[in-house]
Amino acid sequence: MHSAVLLIEFGSIILGLGLLGRFAARFRLSPIPLYLLAGLAFGEGGLLPLGASEEFVATGAEIGVILLLLMLGLEYTASDLVSNLKTHYPSGLVDCALNALPGAAMALLLGWGPVAAVVLAGVTWISSSGVIAKVLGDLGRVGNRETPVILSVLVLEDLAMAVYLPIVTALVAGVGLMAGSMTLAIALGAAGLVLFLAVRYGRLISRFVSSDDPEKLLLVVLGLTILVAGVAQQLQVSAAVGAFLVGIALSGEVAEGAHTLLSPLRDLFAAVFFVFFGLHTDPSSIPPVLLPALALAVVTALTKIATGYWAARRAGISVKGRWRAGGALVARGEFSIVIAGLAVAAGIEPSLGPLATAYVLILVVLGPLTARYTEPVAMWWSGRREARRGTPEPAPRKTEAEAPVGD
Amino acid sequence: MSAPRLRATPLPGIGVQYDLETREHRHLSVVAHRDGTRTVNMYRADDPDSCAHSLRLTSSEAGSLIDALKPSHHSPSLLYTTDLGLVAERIEVAATSRWNGRVLGDMKMRTETGASVVAVLRRAEAIPSPAPDFRLAGGDTLIVVGTREGVDAAATILGRE
Repeated sequence: MHSAVLLIEFGSIILGLGLLGRFAARFRLSPIPLYLLAGLAFGEGGLLPLGASEEFVATGAEIGVILLLLMLGLEYTASDLVSNLKTHYPSGLVDCALNALPGAAMALLLGWGPVAAVVLAGVTWISSSGVIAKVLGDLGRVGNRETPVILSVLVLEDLAMAVYLPIVTALVAGVGLMAGSMTLAIALGAAGLVLFLAVRYGRLISRFVSSDDPEKLLLVVLGLTILVAGVAQQLQVSAAVGAFLVGIALSGEVAEGAHTLLSPLRDLFAAVFFVFFGLHTDPSSIPPVLLPALALAVVTALTKIATGYWAARRAGISVKGRWRAGGALVARGEFSIVIAGLAVAAGIEPSLGPLATAYVLILVVLGPLTARYTEPVAMWWSGRREARRGTPEPAPRKTEAEAPVGD
Repeated sequence: MSAPRLRATPLPGIGVQYDLETREHRHLSVVAHRDGTRTVNMYRADDPDSCAHSLRLTSSEAGSLIDALKPSHHSPSLLYTTDLGLVAERIEVAATSRWNGRVLGDMKMRTETGASVVAVLRRAEAIPSPAPDFRLAGGDTLIVVGTREGVDAAATILGRE
């Protein structure tokens, strides 16, 4: 009775996740860390190794990654991406330099070699747009003036993923320089082409996919995405990037509809993905990497705050808003795990998975706290410093309010 | 009297933010979320970049607020005739209502309240003059016409669990 065992195991996993999610909601936590912990608790070296459903969970995890990236692509229109790239690319570069380098440096310090360095750079670089959007909503800051700055940094990171993931995929596959460059050229060409087509002919693509009937829309979008992801995987580009590009290409009503339809599916399979990642991490391997993870978390929390501060200053936001923007960006989450998952699947460095797990666990909990308290702490600190110097605090620069224009 | 300018800022992944500067130089903004909900924000006087209040409204709450904000507003009624004392209102049949799945005749609305159901709005269509054997479903919106008291009584009947 293989199928009965599979159903029992898979059912228990999903039910357990649902209960964990409710538990997380009670404490206003993101459920991601709990899913990871649940995965750690079972599986290798855990309480209860899974047997029959292993393969099924693995496939579910793959679909989870694809759906995560598809939904990310659906969030943005191609014109969003292009206009953000034009206006905010310096912030994106600063973000990359400040946050990717500590990760790479840590990997090199631990003697893991260049490939692991590139992977860990990605883990520390990409903030979690999901966690951050939720935190902004919870804190009632969606309307704040620094929010567009925060979002633009996130958009650029997500766009950078489209370039970065193929590089990582090629590197962990251990292909040579020649084949690697080919892969990258294909990926960049495809990304550029999709962006161009989506800006130019987005309406046509959406019309092809469009359907009045939700059921058919769901099947067409899901089928198209998984097919493109598979083809991308075949070309060594990375399934996730293929899915992301499909999301970008769809726009308007179709994107809205697909978003509503696929959200529950995404939640289900993404949860499975986090559990799967945890399952493949041996809990006993976490304590040795706890210290590096903690150090990395502290350093990259500070560099993210600096990034947000810089980006907000560039946009002419007052000092308080700059600290708020910095604090909001700290949370890392789903995409750090996605990136680490690529390396773990290829068996790059056995300690990388545990390190990434510990790192994300720390920052996904810390992120909402920094979002809340960075500004008051910074203000209190600067106030104390001013008091010690005995100089009055300079008034924050008032930004010019736009006068209403008559017509 | 110039029309105030509404500035739109896209918030990628969230929606669009509309900012309004009032004549008294107060700043107000509305974030239109993609799922149809709205957030109305008022800003702090000491920190114009941050929200003092941030109020989240569902799309139907936002709709009611729009009605109340309209300068030409008199009442949520479709047919407002002070001189005749008649009102017409939209009343929704909740999914938990006892009338969900029953026929219109069972309600005896006209006998009890003097108000009558002139149309039923269901999803995207309107059914004019529904007969007594018309079967109601949760989510239907009834257009009820009658006196103020009659329509209020009808709303009470419709609200029964």
